[in-house]
Amino acid sequence: MRARVEVTLKAGIRDPQGHAIERAIANLGYEGVRNVRVGKLITLELTGPREVSERRITELCEKLLANPVVEDFAVLMDERERESPRAGEP
Amino acid sequence: MRVGVVTFPGSNSDVDSMRAVEAVTGRPARSIWHKETSLDGLDVVVLPGGFAHGDYLRAGAMARFSPIVPALERFARAGGPVLGLCNGFQVLTEMHLLPGALVRNAGLRFRSEIVHLRVENASSPFTNAYRDGELVRFPIAHGEGNYVASPETLDRLEGEGRVAFRYVDEAGRPTTGSNPNGSARNIAGILNEACNVLGLMPHPERAADPVLGSGDGRRLFESLLAAVSA
Repeated sequence: MRARVEVTLKAGIRDPQGHAIERAIANLGYEGVRNVRVGKLITLELTGPREVSERRITELCEKLLANPVVEDFAVLMDERERESPRAGEP
Repeated sequence: MRVGVVTFPGSNSDVDSMRAVEAVTGRPARSIWHKETSLDGLDVVVLPGGFAHGDYLRAGAMARFSPIVPALERFARAGGPVLGLCNGFQVLTEMHLLPGALVRNAGLRFRSEIVHLRVENASSPFTNAYRDGELVRFPIAHGEGNYVASPETLDRLEGEGRVAFRYVDEAGRPTTGSNPNGSARNIAGILNEACNVLGLMPHPERAADPVLGSGDGRRLFESLLAAVSA
């Protein structure tokens, strides 16, 4: 199954990239656009039963994909996009 | 004093660190590839500056899982002095040997210049050759040096004398203008609880000879020599 991991800076952490984009939007003449924040999107594919994959992906987020000191993460699992297993894999 | 300098793929200040060590100790430093697993026989370990693993994902995020890391954790927990410079500081926070994190510079620019620092704790193994409150000049070269931590962590660091260096102006004042990256409370370097691990964004190894624009960094290595020989 495929998973999408969104990594975003925690609410209290300043985001200079988001701030620069917000200024650019204002310079383009658009009004009413606020709180622009930039994050990362990581997509990956997991094999195995859903509950194992879910556990694995949460563990990976905490260990590697996000730094819990400054970042939050959200995981979206999508079973529909599951690809056929490769030879030798369950 | 036997010093090991760990090289990750993408380290670029490892040779500078080894030169500074050799200039002070008269003994060559040992180069340690990140895939090695032993730090036996060493008195001090340096994690140098650079862009380990290209800083992909986050600075230090992948170096944190290098094969040398378990030995480094054991070395630090046994009280061995570990010096993380620039990227090395980022690796130490990712390893949770130091609290907080280093994020994108507040001004978004990569800053490469000589800055003024104030020595905030001259009693650590890394700073005993300085005086408390002394001003020194070290170069910086980083895009992600904005130190962040929770207010409680910051208060604890301050209360326990674990802020080792602070960005200041020429008069020694920690002003907004003298803070190159937006670091909380102008923090440039912090110590762990036992004071045997120092993370520092500026580069003392690139200020270890007056010909480089400043010789102030040399005493950081002299401090280590004094601490290890004591």
